[in-house]
Amino acid sequence: MNTGKHRGGWLILFSFVLALALTIVPLPAMLELFRPEWLAMVLIYWCMAVPTRVGVSIGWLVGLMLDVSRDALLGQYALAFALIAFLTLHLHQRLRVFPIWQQALSVGLLVTLECLIVLWIKGLTGQSPGIWKMLVPAFSSLLFWPVIYLLLRYMRRAYQVS
Amino acid sequence: MTLDHRTDYVRHVRAGIAVLVYPLQYLVSMPADFLDWTGETLASRESLQEQNADLQRENQALRSQLHKLTFIEAENRHLRELLQSSKRIGERVLIAELLSVDLDPYRKQVVVNKGHQDDLLYPGQPVVDAYGVMGKLVHVNPFSSTAMLITDPNHALPIQVNRNGLRAVAVGMGSEGLLELPHLPNNADIKEGDLLVTSGLGCVFPAGYPAARVTEVTTNPSLPFARIVAQPLAHLDRSREVLLVWPSSETLPEMQKPCSFAVEETP
Repeated sequence: MNTGKHRGGWLILFSFVLALALTIVPLPAMLELFRPEWLAMVLIYWCMAVPTRVGVSIGWLVGLMLDVSRDALLGQYALAFALIAFLTLHLHQRLRVFPIWQQALSVGLLVTLECLIVLWIKGLTGQSPGIWKMLVPAFSSLLFWPVIYLLLRYMRRAYQVS
Repeated sequence: MTLDHRTDYVRHVRAGIAVLVYPLQYLVSMPADFLDWTGETLASRESLQEQNADLQRENQALRSQLHKLTFIEAENRHLRELLQSSKRIGERVLIAELLSVDLDPYRKQVVVNKGHQDDLLYPGQPVVDAYGVMGKLVHVNPFSSTAMLITDPNHALPIQVNRNGLRAVAVGMGSEGLLELPHLPNNADIKEGDLLVTSGLGCVFPAGYPAARVTEVTTNPSLPFARIVAQPLAHLDRSREVLLVWPSSETLPEMQKPCSFAVEETP
């Protein structure tokens, strides 16, 4: 990769690591269901902001990490993340100009899609927890998107990630 | 994904990624460990002395019971020799600690800080704590392993009622943290408060470990089976230290080598 042109790779990596840490940090059982999909949101942000650097393959790798840390079937989150990365890349020019609430809705939809894919795979392997429970993270991700978006945008501008 | 679900080929890929994830899991679990540690370090002298005295009393009580137990064990071995059946040998155990990280919220799983770098662990190995059976290992990675708890909806544990030897299967109920005993007829001899111990059938868990206590028996004559719910004895959400057990072939049931496949895996 051309280092003169691409800067701030460490920030992208760091944000993914932090998101993964937030995903596995223990929460009380009540809040556990409402845990937003931090990794998916960070992935969507970077796909939107720097589509030339973060794409389907990064999404797939990040998904694999999540598979292992959640001890899920190897590949279920990888598939879901690759798909949402693809869709975000496809839509990134439209997403960028959306006002933030509209962006949040789109992110909610993307995370819903991720949850549905995971639910589908879980259903196939006979461990489906029920559709409404699976969709709660999509809702909480929608609520947390403005925070993630503003924070990551500030960081990206401060460190001039390009 | 099909490969992972049906076969064992991608085990090494999973183990490789798990090595990358382990430092993060360790890091995340550190604040909880640190809180425990500060709690221990800053405990007052009086409370420590009190605890020490309590533990000494308990130790003495347990030791006197242990003397009785060794006597009974010797007697048991003797009787078994008379009956010419194989004798029971104590199992080998390894103490491991849980990492405080969350996995999939819809399943009941924990991460243990021992992997195949530490000892010859194998998937399917029983995990117990001081109070009863906790679950079994499902994935063994170089530095850590994941265990499925007995309350996971995908987990079924062969048990028997300690009082009368009635055999049943205890299936996890998921988020409720309880076990269910399906397919027992309405007239089955089982009551509230019955102790359920592992039966050793199924060749995964050694026989005789306490597993759960029956909390609810509902019989409805219009349904073919009774609804029986049991509470696990192991402190599934409180224990920090767990024991990994290597069942010796002798503690598995004594039929005509029904467990030869399980014993082959056991080092």
